[in-house]
Amino acid sequence: MTNAAPPSGQKKPSLLKNLELDTRLLGMIGAFVLICLVFNVITDGRFLTARNIFNLSIQTVSVAIMATGMVFVIVTRHIDLSVGAVLAMSSAVMGVLQVQLLPHALGLGIGHPLIAPITIVGGLLTGTLIGALNGWLIGYQRIPAFIVTLGGLLIWRNFGWYLSDGQTLGPLDAHFLLLGGIEGTLGTTLSWALGVILSLAALWAIWQARAAKIRHEFPVKPIWAEVTMMGVAVAAIMGLVAIYNAYEMPVGRLKRMFAERGEVMPDGFSASYGMPISVLLLVIVAVAMTVLARRTRLGRYIFATGGNPDAAELSGINTRMLTVKIFALMGFLCGLSAVVAQARLSNHANDIGTLDELRVIAAAVIGGTALAGGIGTIYGAILGAVIMQSLQSGMAMVGVDAPFQNIIVGSVLVIAVWIDIQYRKRTGEKL
Amino acid sequence: MSNRGTPLVELRDISIAFGGVKAVDHVSIDLHPGEVVGLLGHNGAGKSTLIKCLSGAYQKDSGEILINGQRVEIRNPRDARAQNIETIYQTLALADNLDAASNLFLGRELVTPMGLVDDARMEAETRKIMGRLNPNFRKFKEPVKALSGGQRQSVAIARAVYFNARILIMDEPTAALGPHETQMVAELIQELKAQGLGIFLIEHDIHNVMKLCDRASVMKNGQLVGTVNVNEVTDEDILGMIILGKKPEGVAC
Repeated sequence: MTNAAPPSGQKKPSLLKNLELDTRLLGMIGAFVLICLVFNVITDGRFLTARNIFNLSIQTVSVAIMATGMVFVIVTRHIDLSVGAVLAMSSAVMGVLQVQLLPHALGLGIGHPLIAPITIVGGLLTGTLIGALNGWLIGYQRIPAFIVTLGGLLIWRNFGWYLSDGQTLGPLDAHFLLLGGIEGTLGTTLSWALGVILSLAALWAIWQARAAKIRHEFPVKPIWAEVTMMGVAVAAIMGLVAIYNAYEMPVGRLKRMFAERGEVMPDGFSASYGMPISVLLLVIVAVAMTVLARRTRLGRYIFATGGNPDAAELSGINTRMLTVKIFALMGFLCGLSAVVAQARLSNHANDIGTLDELRVIAAAVIGGTALAGGIGTIYGAILGAVIMQSLQSGMAMVGVDAPFQNIIVGSVLVIAVWIDIQYRKRTGEKL
Repeated sequence: MSNRGTPLVELRDISIAFGGVKAVDHVSIDLHPGEVVGLLGHNGAGKSTLIKCLSGAYQKDSGEILINGQRVEIRNPRDARAQNIETIYQTLALADNLDAASNLFLGRELVTPMGLVDDARMEAETRKIMGRLNPNFRKFKEPVKALSGGQRQSVAIARAVYFNARILIMDEPTAALGPHETQMVAELIQELKAQGLGIFLIEHDIHNVMKLCDRASVMKNGQLVGTVNVNEVTDEDILGMIILGKKPEGVAC
């Protein structure tokens, strides 16, 4: 198929057009860079240190994981107010499992290698089942999602409270703690290797997309644009790995590690943390959810249902079962976030994940998910979570008073949506 | 025209009520291969409701549906699709946020051997069929909300045609269209008819009915007024049936 000649005056497609970049994404990255630079100046360069970036990322993971699921929920015109409570319930189940039930009642003994896997499966199962129940009430019983999950907000946290007798549960299993962040990192060599693997995967994906277009004789981007995109992808991945690898472990911690092995630390020895396992988990979730959204029938049905529920139903899509699947997935991700959050805090307490529902919804919405349904991206939601967390910890570093922190975060949410509406008006998108 | 062996579709004695209101009241109509049957009547006469029992959007309260003389149960749109019944709805059942190819294949995506949706192949197929139906169609990448009424209609029609429908239901296919696009749809109906499809056409415009249909079934207040061969009556006769609910005299049905 030949392309009609472009109208005069547009003969040279703009740079952005050639790169086929999402201008909304660019705007969000721009806002993020601005936030980072401003805080970096105010804190005399403390904001953009390897250490702070490391901490920022492990604090973001839990909310970011749930935000990817919230995208699907909001895209199908639902809402989930219970994610923080479901996280707390999953965390309580896991706390009881690994602190009381498995080592003592079942007699595995503290430090048994099976404790962590059984605990994690228990947490994931709890989240998934609660999510599926929510989905059944919403999809088959036609109770509005707002009501089901508002009820869930009260129910599940307090179920967890009852289950744990209101106690703070700890210390946690040593293997389990690896998933939290600072206790579980890949180290320098493995991080570099992983960076190379991820870079190669990104290159392969970009190349495959181009090859598929050529196979069907669709127009493709100029080769320099593809190479630029590949360069940006590789630079982003390797840059992040380099930052993680630049964060050196404190000497005291290294000495303790050598002492545990019965050795003495040689003088001048140093080691870096490398990539946190929890961040790797987020990367896996992000890739899996993106593939799900764009390349599977389930994802296609989620977006079709969000765009026009009647059309989806008339096209033979079982929208009720779809609702169950979406909420079960949301629940599963809450369970996964519970693993990360609990391991990072190294105990289970009743208030774990308090107000997370609002952070998760805010992250998805700042990331461009439209509450009217049908529109949203996984990467947007993750970037939204990163922006929220940067604002919050940046303000804490600067020493902004607590009330102002919340006032600013709230304002940013409202302003972000307003900007989004203005942007869509400009580009002529119907709302 | 109506005595040609087993009909493709027979709706026998269909009734459906919504909270005491009889939307369709013991109506029987049929459709043969290569035939266009017009369904006429005022708004609220029950045409769309009747036809939605066939497309699976509603479930009939009583009566039976026969396809090629075989009794079938149609409980949902999936059952209808399994019988090669395709519907083009008045409200154009398209997902506005998806592109033409995603809409065309919605619910029946082409997948790669790994089970992932094959967007490139679906777009290529969409380009092929749109090249036949509406050669001016260019907006393959945009969400369908960026399309004009006629372009959206051609996506909806392409969806019905692509999957080799045997029975096509069109609910006012030209209501939102300009003259040029209306002509396009008319030509398409002739072409599909020649291929042996049976078409139910819900239509308000008497002129279109006289031009496109072989037979016309007229409904009023949920009941069937009568079915006439279009070439045996005048448009005045049909108007009389719609407005007065009276069958013209001396016409075999």
